[in-house]
Amino acid sequence: MPDNDVLREMHHQMVRIRLFEESIQQAYLEGKTPAFDIAAGPVPGEMHLAAGQEPVAAGVCAHLRASDAVTATHRPHHIALAHGMDMKRLAAEIFGKETGLGHGRGGHMHLFDAATNFGCSGIVGEGIPTAVGHALAYKKQGRDNVAVSFFGEGAANQGAFHEALNLAALWKLPVLFVCEDNAWAISVPKEKATAIANNADRAAAYGIPGVLVPDNDPVAVYEVAGEAVARARRGGGPSLIEVKTDRLLGHFEGDPQMYRSPEELARLKDRDALRAFERRLIETAVLTAADAQATWDRARAEVDEAIQFARTSPYPEPAAALLHVFA
Amino acid sequence: MAVETKRLLTTSKAISEAFAQEMERDPSVFLMGEDIGVYGGIFGATTGLLERFGPERVMDTPISETGFIGAAIGAALSGMRPVAELMFVDFFGVCMDQIYNHMAKIHYESGGNLKVPMVLTTAIGGGYSDGAQHSQTLYGMFAHLPGMKIVVPSTPYDAKGLMISAIRDDNPVLYMFHKGIMGLGWMTPNPRATGHVPEEPYTVPIGTADVKRAGRDLTIVTLSLMVHRALDAAEDLAKEGIEAEVLDLRSVIPLDREAIVASVRKTHRLLVVDEDYQSFGLSGEVITTAVQGAFDSLDAPPARLAYPDVPIPYSRPLEQFCLPNREKIVAAAKQLLA
Ligand SMILES: Cc1ncc(C[n+]2csc(CCOP(=O)(O)OP(=O)(O)O)c2C)c(N)n1
Repeated sequence: MPDNDVLREMHHQMVRIRLFEESIQQAYLEGKTPAFDIAAGPVPGEMHLAAGQEPVAAGVCAHLRASDAVTATHRPHHIALAHGMDMKRLAAEIFGKETGLGHGRGGHMHLFDAATNFGCSGIVGEGIPTAVGHALAYKKQGRDNVAVSFFGEGAANQGAFHEALNLAALWKLPVLFVCEDNAWAISVPKEKATAIANNADRAAAYGIPGVLVPDNDPVAVYEVAGEAVARARRGGGPSLIEVKTDRLLGHFEGDPQMYRSPEELARLKDRDALRAFERRLIETAVLTAADAQATWDRARAEVDEAIQFARTSPYPEPAAALLHVFA
Repeated sequence: MAVETKRLLTTSKAISEAFAQEMERDPSVFLMGEDIGVYGGIFGATTGLLERFGPERVMDTPISETGFIGAAIGAALSGMRPVAELMFVDFFGVCMDQIYNHMAKIHYESGGNLKVPMVLTTAIGGGYSDGAQHSQTLYGMFAHLPGMKIVVPSTPYDAKGLMISAIRDDNPVLYMFHKGIMGLGWMTPNPRATGHVPEEPYTVPIGTADVKRAGRDLTIVTLSLMVHRALDAAEDLAKEGIEAEVLDLRSVIPLDREAIVASVRKTHRLLVVDEDYQSFGLSGEVITTAVQGAFDSLDAPPARLAYPDVPIPYSRPLEQFCLPNREKIVAAAKQLLA
């Protein structure tokens, strides 16, 4: 069981992630009503939010150092923030500003941060091999760092997933594969896309530990990830962790979600893992209600400042689009 | 005089109508792709088809592009006429071997004994801040690789007719639709994405370009969404007394070289407008065609307005700086005439 400081910190992370994404969602919808136009507003393009999946990010990243590499997907904010990415530079990148991580070149699906060794990809499954490469470098360099790749259950049907697991197992690399099973790949439910029930079972094919975390609970994730990270740092090789989590929102903002039943959507609302975790912390006296409120207030201030920073930052010079093709 | 009421459709509806009519006609036609069933395709190309034809013929696939595009090739070799959708062309990276080493080469390698009658549909294009991995057009890259036909419609009418031709063709056809021509409710409104589409099935021949606007002063050779931009620009130019001819290639492979040469012989000036990366691609090929076929009638060096050789940036001012648009086409045309 994590100690109370860790519990409070995971709660804090989940709260700031949730508030950050709520603010991004609001900004995204600006200029897109009454008629939705994906190209309009201060935040154009696609927007994939991770509400409901905060426990995975908080539980795993609690074990990481900034020097540990993390790769994520088209749905990257929760993981980026939990791993310590600067919220202002993240927000500014999402707003396409000069002060953003990539000076506006990347955008929300393409966040790269040298300070936290973070990268992500909008191509499903393709962030996984890169994590193997980070781990390969650590092994060659004799460092006790680990690399973690987060991906959805949809990505586990890509060849890249299987090639990466085999490589990591073969070379006994310090890497964690974390599958966020939110039951949906856009409109395709897991059971219509994956021949077996649990991706954790696929670890057996590569002779590595595969652990299923059936609850969307940061504590359960924390415990399983802790063991896997420790083993990897000791030179014990890779692990696959699968967490059954929830995608509370559409695949992307503007998704009409005709493929989900109203009952499912209502059920999801009731089992928001962040609220459940907070209730539990209060019931077990890890937090008082006042502490919890203070956490929300602190996070609110941080998020507001980051969004304000992004809004007031300048856009890059148009002609600068031609820069940074080569080092 | 009888007033003719013409049925108007968006391009996405025109494409799904082509699928439906071909599936009615030919039981060997079936569709595979991600989110093409209940969702109806992210770009609406398969709306309503699951309800009508059922999950055996409108197959949602796992995110396994190498797997299902390879499966389409195998099914085509075994007597089916599959249509596989690669959601965005940018995702070709995860399945390119199936596309160019197998789909495009098996007929040749078999000495003409085997056929791969399949269609690979895919969405192309940017302009709405979707970043470097979801905004490319890339037809020039595919066109460089022999063995697949490539069609790139710009209007609802052509979209339906080219899709029916593509499905009936005995060769693999890469069918690339720009997101901006589909007439989607969630994209920036584009009046040119809606147009007359006859109800009955018809074909538009693959490999024939189409003069979308006749003119005498210069030829603008272009395709896909840039046809719309070029037509807008031609209207502006006309106000200044410049008559641009807009030639819509419609197909990249085979390329209608005769149409390019004929138009340039008529106007004596060529501007290629291309949303694809500038170097080593379509614009160079079109210009070579014009220089070789109409050298003596050129009054100025051919010009091109294409996407600069940089990955596509996310931020709006950066992306808009790179993209060809109406104003840039007008300026390039005037420069060509100066
Ligand atoms: C190679 C590739 N194929 C398809 C897509 C389109 N796409 C983007 S996200 C997505 C679903 C991903 O599902 P999952 O991996 O479960 O992640 P989730 O969206 O649920 O977080 C798809 C099909 C893509 N980006 N890349």
